[in-house]
This record gives sequence, C-alpha cells and structure tokens, in this order.
Amino acid sequence: MEVRKGLLYSKEHEWVQEISDSVVRVGITEYAQDQLGDIVYIELPEIDAEVAKGESFTVVESVKAASDVYAPVSGTVVAVNEKLEDNPELINESPYDEGWIVEIKCDELDLSDLMTAEEYARYIEEV
Amino acid sequence: MAVKTPLYEWHTSLGAKMTEFAGFMMPLQYTSITAEHQTVRTQVGIFDLTHMGEILVAGRQAEQFLNYVATNNVSNLTPGAIQYTLLTNENGGVIDDILVYRVPEGFYLVVNAANTEKDYQWLLRHAPEEAVVTNLSSETALIAVQGPDSLPVAEKALDTQLADLPYYHFVDQMYRGERIRVSRTGYTGEDGFEFYMPLHTAPLLWEELIAVGRPYGIQPVGLGARDTLRLEMRMPLYGNELTEDLTPLEAGLGRFVDFDKGDFIGRNALLEQKAAGVSRRLVGFVLKEKGIPRHGYSIVKEGKIIGHVTSGTLSPTLKIGIGMGYVDSPHAKVGSMIEIQIRGQTVPAEIVKGRFVTKK
Repeated sequence: MEVRKGLLYSKEHEWVQEISDSVVRVGITEYAQDQLGDIVYIELPEIDAEVAKGESFTVVESVKAASDVYAPVSGTVVAVNEKLEDNPELINESPYDEGWIVEIKCDELDLSDLMTAEEYARYIEEV
Repeated sequence: MAVKTPLYEWHTSLGAKMTEFAGFMMPLQYTSITAEHQTVRTQVGIFDLTHMGEILVAGRQAEQFLNYVATNNVSNLTPGAIQYTLLTNENGGVIDDILVYRVPEGFYLVVNAANTEKDYQWLLRHAPEEAVVTNLSSETALIAVQGPDSLPVAEKALDTQLADLPYYHFVDQMYRGERIRVSRTGYTGEDGFEFYMPLHTAPLLWEELIAVGRPYGIQPVGLGARDTLRLEMRMPLYGNELTEDLTPLEAGLGRFVDFDKGDFIGRNALLEQKAAGVSRRLVGFVLKEKGIPRHGYSIVKEGKIIGHVTSGTLSPTLKIGIGMGYVDSPHAKVGSMIEIQIRGQTVPAEIVKGRFVTKK
C-alpha cells in the first residue's frame, strides 16, 4: 500500500501536497481508495467554495457506500480535478497523481497537525 | 467470534476483503465489485454462500405444516422441484423469504443467513408432533456458479449432464463419495447452479470448479457483487425490501401467496389488507440525472416525503443510479416521476416496471 513520501496526511486518510506558499492539493490516499473499493461517483465542490478544516467538502461514492472527504485545511477551492466527473475511477487507479481532487488556497497555511508519510504509514498499520 | 467457512483460507490467500455477515466471515470482494459483477454477466463467477441456512422439515405432517407457516402452496411442488415462498407472522409481516426443495425425506428449506436461527425457532415453535425440524446449517456448505457459462463449468466439474435440469429444479448426486445437492437457482438473474454439500467437500468442489472454469474465465465473486447483481434484477433482499413490518402484498409478491390452500399464519391479516388495498408499495426506479440512491434516502414528490429507498446502487451494467423503495400507493404508478433526496438535493427519478437489466 503506497504512502507517498513528501506528502502530508490527515487521520481521515486525505493527503496534502504544498504546491505554493498558500495553495495545497488534496486527494485521498491509496489506503482510503482501497478501503472504499470501486469509486463510481464524486460530487466535486464548486470553484470558490469555502471549506473548513475537519468538515466534509466532497463525497466519493463507491459501489457500496457514500463517504465524506474532509478538508484537511481551511480555505477556498481554487481548482477541482474535472477529469473525475467522467472518470472517478482515476482515484482508484492513481490516488496520488491523476486522482487528485481539489486545490485549496489558504489564508494561513497551517499544516502542523498533519502526519508525515512515516507517521501515516504507522497510523494505517494500527487501524 | 465469527464463523469461518471451509473456504476461508482460500479467500484470504487470494487477498479477498473479508467482512462479517450474519456471524460469518465472508468475502466482500476479491478484486473489485464492478469487475466481479461483469464476470457474472458475461462469463461465469463462483461464490461461497456457506452462510446461508438449510433446514430440513420431515415427517408425516411436514407438508401440512409448511402450508400453515409459509404463504405459497408446497402441495404444488413435484419431487425435484423448488418453490419460492415466504414465512409470515400473524400480521402478515415477512419473517423470511425462502426456497423450499421437495426432497425424498420431506422439504429442504434454504433460508437467509441472518434469519437461520430465527426461522428455526419459529418452525420449532409451530411444528406439530409429526413434523421434524432439523437445522442442517452448521454442517452444510453452499457454493454457487452463476453466469452464461455456468452450465459447461458445472457439467465438467461434476462429470454429468445438467442441460436438461430445468430452472428451479434440483438433483442429488454423488461427488467424491458424498451426496451433494445441485440446483438450478441463483440470485443474479443469470443461468447458474447452487451446490449444497458437507463442509469437507467444499474445498474439493471449489478447486475443481475453478480448474475446469479457467478456460471460461471463471472468477470468485464476493457479497458486494452479489448485491449489485440481485439489485439489477430487482430481486428483494431480506432486511431491505422485506422485513417483519412489511407484507408480501406490499412487496409485490402476491403471486407467492395462495389464499385458496386453507389457513396459514398471517392469512387473515393479508386477506384484510388485500381487500382494503395496500397503502404503500415497493417500486423500482431509475435516476434521470447523476447520483446514487442509497438505503434510507427519502423519496419525495412535490416537496412531500412519500417513501424511502430500501436498496440502491449505480448499476454496473447501465451506469445509472437504480433503486427500490416503498412509496405511498397513490404515487406508485409505473412511469410516474418521483425525486430521491440525496444529501439535501433532490434528483429526479422515474418509476419503472420489471427488471432494470433485461437479458437477451
């Protein structure tokens, strides 16, 4: 189960990649997509939507169930991966690359309570 | 502690995602639900269904007894034939939906895993002296092959001819020194067979089916795809479409209720309901826009809640949201438009007739 080095991770199995001083890219981890199974639908947020840390900002649906994706940071959605509209399975196939979900611009980027790749790898061992 | 079937090691060594269901550790999926679903629709899939319950009803009064506890008429069953029927309570509510096999000893009941103990106790409680009820579940394994290529796979594995076995019929035969029961039944809408056998025979037959099925592309299929397969065929699932608070008439299963055979538990309540007309009805619907209906979602019309979804999924075959649910009778007409409430939004849906996926 790949945990990509250099990314930060939330307890709810989102990954966070800093792409500039104030913008992060967010997706779900390999572990999360494996737990969900075949993802068949995603309800993407609108550009400019405000998201609050810890709150659901989108829903991914697998064949079995609908699952919330929680914002790992607070901010404004500045980009969404529109490819997922027609190809939600990209989240299964390429969770860290093609399957990214949104980019969020933060007024104050606070990543202090996220886990490193090593910490997250240990975390999923334990759950 | 959940029960492991004789095929447990086999599932886990394949990397199946296991789930606890009705007290059994069962495979949810091996690779992916949609891929497994597709295998059954186009080739052949193999299932471990050992969690299902098997109960034998024997004795001089077995027939009379079953006609008293179940809604259909078992007297219509010829030897070797199988019948779908429902156990109902005094209110006409469904205790379980089951299959009844007419076997030489009497009647062999195949019941839902989650209901095995409940059904067994219910039968014991109502059994007359000369009806003997035996729960065979813990000594019986069940394997199914389902899909358009299941006939050659079953024939090769058992080294016998099965083409003439009609749908909803069974035959007992010897396999590796044990008597196994082979029935042409299933829960997928495809041609297929189900094999009942002693626990220790299950790994032998499983491996043989996999070996002879290889040229046909056989793949193991978990409970996840079993659910999407039955849902596309609009088959009810106990716990979702059927509960003790719902009757066979509300569920649209009136053709499995024989009012003319004499008294049975629930008959009066069902007769009354039939005369008065049911106030809610099970319908099937397809979404007209993107979205996936799920168990528990509200069904609305003109801003008013008219019912609830009992099962829903994105149809792997049709790639659209499909579902079933109970709605107030005035709104249950085929062709009428309803809305499904999905996370605060409403998505239009149309009530449709029959199976969502029709076979060529």
